[in-house]
Amino acid sequence: MSYNISEKGYYGEFGGAYIPEMLYPNVEELRQNYLKIMAEPSFQEEFHALLKDYVGRPTPLYFAKRLSEKYNTKIYLKREDLNHTGAHKINNTIGQILMAKRLGKNRIIAETGAGQHGVATATVCALMGIECIVYMGEIDIARQAPNVARMKMLGATVIPALSGSRTLKDATNEAIRDWINNPVDTHYIIGSVVGPHPYPDMVAKFQAVVSEEIKSQLLEKEGTENPDYLIACVGGGSNAAGTYYHYLDNEDVNIIAVEAAGLGVDSGESAATSVLGKEGIIHGSKTLLMQTNDGQITEPYSISAGLDYPGVGPMHANLYKTGRAEFIAITDKDAMTSGLELCKLEGIIPAIESSHALAVFEHKTFQPDDIVVLNLSGRGDKDLQNYIDYFKL
Amino acid sequence: MNRINKKLQEEKKLLSIYFTAGYPNIDDTVSTIKNLEESGVDMIEIGLPFSDPLADGPTIQASSTKALQNGMTSELLFEQLKDIRSSVSIPLIIMGYFNPMLQFGVEAFCKKCQEVGIDGLIIPDLPVDVYNDDYRAIFEKHGLINVFLITPQTSDERINYIDSVSNGFIYMVSSASTTGAKAGFGDAQTSYFERIANMKLKNPQIVGFGISNNDTFTQATKYAKGAIIGSAFVKHVTEHGVNSIHKFVDSIL
Repeated sequence: MSYNISEKGYYGEFGGAYIPEMLYPNVEELRQNYLKIMAEPSFQEEFHALLKDYVGRPTPLYFAKRLSEKYNTKIYLKREDLNHTGAHKINNTIGQILMAKRLGKNRIIAETGAGQHGVATATVCALMGIECIVYMGEIDIARQAPNVARMKMLGATVIPALSGSRTLKDATNEAIRDWINNPVDTHYIIGSVVGPHPYPDMVAKFQAVVSEEIKSQLLEKEGTENPDYLIACVGGGSNAAGTYYHYLDNEDVNIIAVEAAGLGVDSGESAATSVLGKEGIIHGSKTLLMQTNDGQITEPYSISAGLDYPGVGPMHANLYKTGRAEFIAITDKDAMTSGLELCKLEGIIPAIESSHALAVFEHKTFQPDDIVVLNLSGRGDKDLQNYIDYFKL
Repeated sequence: MNRINKKLQEEKKLLSIYFTAGYPNIDDTVSTIKNLEESGVDMIEIGLPFSDPLADGPTIQASSTKALQNGMTSELLFEQLKDIRSSVSIPLIIMGYFNPMLQFGVEAFCKKCQEVGIDGLIIPDLPVDVYNDDYRAIFEKHGLINVFLITPQTSDERINYIDSVSNGFIYMVSSASTTGAKAGFGDAQTSYFERIANMKLKNPQIVGFGISNNDTFTQATKYAKGAIIGSAFVKHVTEHGVNSIHKFVDSIL
């Protein structure tokens, strides 16, 4: 059994491309070309050169000694927080901007929630001198002012999404509508392993550099490519997809996916999509999503703006359904506590998304000789105001 | 014979109107349908509102949001339509997104459609190949015609494939856009209309998107069997209510 994508674009029963006909030519053009383009030596060369010299890869696989002592196990942190722009997001936007160039596109659109993907997209557009339009929910624009400023400084146009709940899902809708209205010259850089096929697979492949590096770095440090556990937080699921990618079919490696429980899974204010979601269609993909009995998509809640997506990538829906991954839901409170703990024990201020992954150590006991690799997907600079408000700093 | 197929055989250009069920008021659904038929409309698309309507522009989005706030659901729509065939005889089509149907259960949804007298469905985000593989048999069992969209970017090969799977009409989207985005037609549309007309498809075509008045209706139906008006009608109802529907229809025909 493979946990990877099928030829038709499905992970088990999840995935596919449930899109209006108006989008078909755009998506089909990408589907027919993405693997071919990614396989071109010149593409690989340019991609890896930018990851090395511009993004700062490989990121360290850091043995967290004091954290390991506290939890009596061997914890390695994959330091995606050290990437240019502060998170794993840029791995994907570098890949997609190169893809867009080879497809002959001269206009880029993107959606963003907290603004991290928007900043990563604006960054690569500046790098390549390509026009960039970022859709962002009106409510998110108000609460993420520094990232809005960053995008503007980088030359992007930020357009408020005024429809629906005026957050990430609506920004995504607006980006898709833009693509419908501009089918020829525009490439849509989706920020996660969501959306119609081939996006989940393409984004996972660009993020797969994370697990590729983990393999060689772990071999060097521990004499084995295989950790006992991989831990990553999941909103849409791109950092998790990158972390798991080269281990998906290696069942010696246990996979843990961490979702945001918000105020508690049963509180009505949660983003634990796997537990609370039902199978359905969101943004062109068949997956698990939070919705009413009538099939209307609902608004999730988490203190972390990067985890409050009502769906989850189809790869992860399949990992959940098949039991390949263990899903753990972490509340705001536990995430914030664990985030602060990492500051004190290791001198690293994590993004609140990554803090959710760190909280697993309070919820699950590992053996002293277990090797646990956790993707520290982003740094906490962007979350400073949240930390200040939460801990009254 | 399905009412849609029968209507398509009439020697006239057809006017189809889209409206959002449960909008402006939750109880406006049935009166809207009756008023449309009395005004001389040939076919009606009943919009089942969805929280995330990807193919729709601001006007229909806003009407969908309002209809959902009013309490519209699939179940309520079928309840409102249960006696519709005692008074309305023109073809009725439900247009909606796939997720609400999936949650209702596709088979149960189709069964309900048949029970209340719905003739066809338009589901923009149900791809033609998924329909063909997984759902066609269910639709046909319940006597429902599924209508697919084509756009100026759709290749001839794909249009022929869509034509082969269709058994009613083809919904010809006039330009690369969401609903209500563009007004009027230019040379690009004319040559697209001509190209499709010359393909001699087995299914007649009805043009939608960008039709808002007598002028655009006339242009669209020069080449196609009929035309669909959505956003312009929803705007009219927003401004003037469901009792002035005949005024809108009179201005088109």
